Amino acid sequence: MALESIRADHVPRQEATIERIERQTARVKSYFLRPQNWRAFRAGQHLDVILTAPDGYEAQRSYSVASEPELEGLYELVVERLEGGEVSAFFHDVAEAGDAIGIRGPFGGHFVWSGQDGGPLLLLGGGSGVAPLMSILRHRAAIGSEIPTILLYSARTWDDVIFREELLARDAAGGNFTLLLNLSRDTARRPQDASRRIDAQMLADTLARFGAAPRLTFVCGSNAFVGNVTDRLLDLGLNPQTIRTERFGG
Amino acid sequence: MVTRGFTRKSAAADKPDRIPPGQHLVGDFPVLTAGPTPRVSLGDWSFTLKAGPRPVKRWTWAEFHALPQTQTIRDIHCVTKWSKLDTPWSGVLIDDLLAEAGLEPPTAYALAHSYDGYSTNVPVADLVGGKAMVATHYEGQPLARDHGGPARLLVPHLYFWKSAKWINALQFTERDEAGFWELRGYHIYGDPWREQRYTGD
Repeated sequence: MALESIRADHVPRQEATIERIERQTARVKSYFLRPQNWRAFRAGQHLDVILTAPDGYEAQRSYSVASEPELEGLYELVVERLEGGEVSAFFHDVAEAGDAIGIRGPFGGHFVWSGQDGGPLLLLGGGSGVAPLMSILRHRAAIGSEIPTILLYSARTWDDVIFREELLARDAAGGNFTLLLNLSRDTARRPQDASRRIDAQMLADTLARFGAAPRLTFVCGSNAFVGNVTDRLLDLGLNPQTIRTERFGG
Repeated sequence: MVTRGFTRKSAAADKPDRIPPGQHLVGDFPVLTAGPTPRVSLGDWSFTLKAGPRPVKRWTWAEFHALPQTQTIRDIHCVTKWSKLDTPWSGVLIDDLLAEAGLEPPTAYALAHSYDGYSTNVPVADLVGGKAMVATHYEGQPLARDHGGPARLLVPHLYFWKSAKWINALQFTERDEAGFWELRGYHIYGDPWREQRYTGD
């Protein structure tokens, strides 16, 4: 511990208790973790989860924090059940409130946003890729920012929209925030929403809602989602240096 | 601390000597990037060796392919926790680039630079002696854009963020200068076997 304390920038492992679990969709649950030593973080960062088997084997995965830095003491992780997923299966089939798991972090210094980064701010999420964008949106609201912000969020169906009620409420509250939903395998429920693959026209229409090019664009989702969206944004003339991406991997 | 109810399902159990701590085996090839995938045409592509600010030698795509080509099969380890075994690459060894340029490494450190503005630092000792190449092919095919095509650095014994995608220059530096991720919380060296993921590990 003495060595750890002198390495000020070294982030140690610790235990966190699962305080509560909330079902989001049929395949997605939120896990609220209360660590022994909560570390302040930046909206958009990820937390490493470390699970240890009786034989000493460790499995590690990174999950974006969906809660805002202002929710002190807790980290909310959004976990989608993946076929054959060693860690997501543990979360969905085994984990209960009161269980302790290992964590490290939060980490990451690029896919992050704070008020002084400014806007307009364009957020593009696919599926559970909405998690770090949710942290950014919640942080923006917590600091009272009215920076023009659009979230274009693509999910398979209306019932697969993670944080649906909260997002609709934030949309209704105004404050220069606009939610646009794209349901790739469902019919749109609202006139401003769409139900197809995100294409150049949809992105052009989204950009047209801003008076100027977004100062920053954050794109998070599967590799196919991020690749398609960022290629179209480059076609539309966005400066690649203003686009930050996070892709699900491994 | 054992996690209640957690047991190993991963295939890593079969190859414990090839999977570094905290890693798990994947069969696919995940793609991770900090930004959009750049579009680099082969007509515009070039690769430059630099000593500090000074360009020493530059190759076009055609010139690069006239250099000695080397094939290698290596295990790779991404800091996001996946490992992939027996990945087949071909390209030009850093040793061969230096020989072609008639250059002895002028310093002990280097920064790899990429078309998208990315950079990453690697000690020269980790680039020479057959340890690293500029790879242009994967599984016998031209390297896909997503995986860093036309060309990426391959330093497979370090975490894979060191194997800069879309590389266009290798710059020798007087000091060990932190690159893109090294400035954003990731380890300055990145040895997967010592689990050097984050700053100070």
